Amino acid sequence: MDMNEIKEIFFQECEEQLAELESGLLKLNDGDRDPETVNAVFRAVHSIKGGAGAFGLEELVAFAHVFETTLDCVRSNKLEPNQDVLKVMLKSADVLADLVTCSRDGGSVEESRTRGLVKELEALANGEALPAAEAPKAAKPVAAAAPAKPTDDSGFQPIPFTFDGFGEEEKVVEQFTYEVTFKPTRELYSKGNEAALLLRDLSRFGEMGIACDMDQLPALENMDPEASYFGWKISITTPKSEEEVRAVFEFAEWDCELEVKPAEASEGEELPMIPVPFDLSSLDDEPAPQPETAATEEASANVVKAVNAAVEKKESAAAAAAAAAAATQNNAAAAASSAGQTIRVDLDRVDRLINLVGELVINQAMLSQSVIENDNNGVSSINMGLEELQQLTREIQDSVMAIRAQPVKPVFQRMSRIVREVADMVGKQIRLVTEGENTEVDKTVIDKIAEPLTHMIRNAVDHGIESPEKREAAGKDPEGTIKLSAKHRSGRILIELQDDGGGINRERVKQKAIDNDLISPDANLSDEEIDNLIFAPGFSTADKISDISGRGVGMDVVKRSIQALGGRISISSRPGLGSTFTMSLPLTLAVLDGMVVTVAGQTLVVPLTAIVETLQPEASAIHSFGANQRLISIRNSFCPLVDVGRILNFRANQANPVDGVALLVESEGGGQRALMVDAIQGQRQVVIKSLEANYTHVPGIAAATILGDGRVALILDVDAVVGASRGQSLKPEMSLAAAG
Amino acid sequence: MSVSYAVKSLSQGARELIAFRIGDQEFCVNIMSVREIRGWTQATPMPHAPAYVRGVINLRGAVLPIIDMSARLGMKETEPTPRHVIIVAQVKSKVVGLLVEAVSDILTITDDNIQPVPEVSSDLEKQYARGILAIDKRMICLIELEALFPEKAHDKESEAA
Repeated sequence: MDMNEIKEIFFQECEEQLAELESGLLKLNDGDRDPETVNAVFRAVHSIKGGAGAFGLEELVAFAHVFETTLDCVRSNKLEPNQDVLKVMLKSADVLADLVTCSRDGGSVEESRTRGLVKELEALANGEALPAAEAPKAAKPVAAAAPAKPTDDSGFQPIPFTFDGFGEEEKVVEQFTYEVTFKPTRELYSKGNEAALLLRDLSRFGEMGIACDMDQLPALENMDPEASYFGWKISITTPKSEEEVRAVFEFAEWDCELEVKPAEASEGEELPMIPVPFDLSSLDDEPAPQPETAATEEASANVVKAVNAAVEKKESAAAAAAAAAAATQNNAAAAASSAGQTIRVDLDRVDRLINLVGELVINQAMLSQSVIENDNNGVSSINMGLEELQQLTREIQDSVMAIRAQPVKPVFQRMSRIVREVADMVGKQIRLVTEGENTEVDKTVIDKIAEPLTHMIRNAVDHGIESPEKREAAGKDPEGTIKLSAKHRSGRILIELQDDGGGINRERVKQKAIDNDLISPDANLSDEEIDNLIFAPGFSTADKISDISGRGVGMDVVKRSIQALGGRISISSRPGLGSTFTMSLPLTLAVLDGMVVTVAGQTLVVPLTAIVETLQPEASAIHSFGANQRLISIRNSFCPLVDVGRILNFRANQANPVDGVALLVESEGGGQRALMVDAIQGQRQVVIKSLEANYTHVPGIAAATILGDGRVALILDVDAVVGASRGQSLKPEMSLAAAG
Repeated sequence: MSVSYAVKSLSQGARELIAFRIGDQEFCVNIMSVREIRGWTQATPMPHAPAYVRGVINLRGAVLPIIDMSARLGMKETEPTPRHVIIVAQVKSKVVGLLVEAVSDILTITDDNIQPVPEVSSDLEKQYARGILAIDKRMICLIELEALFPEKAHDKESEAA
């Protein structure tokens, strides 16, 4: 595993930590005061900081550190997490997320944003009457980094870090002396930790003396090469708190004997070891440091000086340490229980498994079919065995699909950030309420709903919710509410976006549609039809194009991307009370509900979502229109008739519509078309197979599937076929033809 | 013009080729690009496909396009029977099925056995033929599949789509 791979894992983990962080902060925002929630938030930031440090992502470390410090104040109940505090924290979480993204993909976060927040965070950490303990803490990185050795060979660098306004205080930091006894167990090494690195980290805190305890070292012949025999006694003089000293060993805490206590005044002279200034460079090759007597006296003098101060602090420090220890213990226990058992698996492997299982289902169906054909009385044991096999394969398919299923939570969480940012920008007060975040849906769907959902959320904030003044005038709570919910319904996922804003201004929508030539001025439309005009291409109600929404691409883009996923979207609106958008999406993009039809002797699959209704045309309902167009009258409206066989070039002449079945479909333009097919075979769930993998994109065909008889059937691309019937040519672009 | 072959291990410059018959002519391709050989099964026709694309079949879950080699090489279209075979071949990143009359031989040859293609007027032959082998008084034409199905064209066109 090279460094980049490890880094990739780090960033993956960051994503998880950031999600954890945000959900924790939101919980706090809702009044949750469970210490475990605070701990979870703290842990998330801490882990990001730790990882970022290992990769030398300085900007990230610097910001995470300040953030962590402030969170620590909350954790230790020094800072009340009220609304104002949480607002800053949520913003910080956003910036932290941006910093992570920048570290991964390059680019940089505006410094002004970071710096502004750093100041706010510091003010919080420090503002609340804790100047002695907290103020220096925030300023610590500079104070500590400066006296430490500038760099070492392995690329670790102290972080240059300046805070405006702290310049003076840095110099008068109190120094404490601690005695640290550190004895790693063999587990520490087996987990890939390295005692030398921990000691080196510790040495950055200040003047450090160290002695290696080799008492337990057995004779060479008895030595177990993987066991841990060394322990260390360290005396360190540092401005850091005892907790921070312990924090160095945080990741190794369970795999070592660790004792940290403030040094006793009397022990200054009687230390059983020789304190020496700790030479970092010697660590790179050699874990056991060489004592250097020359520096001893000076160092002991320092120790004595600092000890006096330390003794006074001792009692409070001891109490704090106990609390910290208890807290970390809780953390670990909770982390273990909440994380559950998960493994990271490459998505490709899962996809491969899903393909194979799809294959298994098809094979099983083929086998059943041929057994039934050859088994006249239908009661043989083979038949019964096959039924069981069928049940098993179904179950396997369901479980495999479940592997890729993910809760919609991460997407919903991203939305809360968007609401925050956009609401800030337009000066509105908006609360996002989410429901059913744990509803699971296939990962491919999750990846693709984020964008349309973002667009809709922006719209809801910008256009849906009124300004606080307007809301108050209308007798509503000045704070608007947007509700985002997800649930399963009849094998699909239903996502609802509800706002309690002003609803759709039908007069304005209609006027706009008339202005944009979308409808004729004398058109008589129902309320529902007017509401749905906002999905028409090129429609945008915002009077002026704002930054946030209405860039000319409007809800039609949203509708199209939802439809591309095999979904549908609708709106219902009540004036003065708000609007509700409802999206219904398939649970997976790997399978599709289709209607199996016959066209010119070929079997085709039409996605069920596109079909509005099916009907058997009567001769009297078919009207010729111009040279070769035909219309079908359905309840007194005329709808163009499209012969699928002709469009796909399966036959030379149009078939007689009376012999076939018409599928009324709705296409992206909102217009309806009647697709003529020869016969309907039935409805079936089919596994989607790519045509592009080995062949090429075929116009009019969305993908392929394999039917129970083992043959390939093509899945119709309804939008393309309808488009072709409007005169857009289905260009035969044959790559295999383009030889040379 | 030279075809790069992965195997040179047999002996100095030796390579294995798989020979197949179309009508009264014999052709061969590098055996390394052949994945498997299977019997003819009915293919699902593709709309707007050129005449030499017979359609697609299900190859253990993958959608495999079937190319009528006779039509592709400019000869008459094949009327497939159950005796026809499909050579499943890897052409760059794609897998295609080549519909031929029969697989006739597996040849082990060295570069010395390959004679250059005589000057002919037809561009099509020049495009795919990489050499001619004389084996037991038979004439076998060595084909470069990559030249028949250039991948660059695929990419360009799928982007345009």
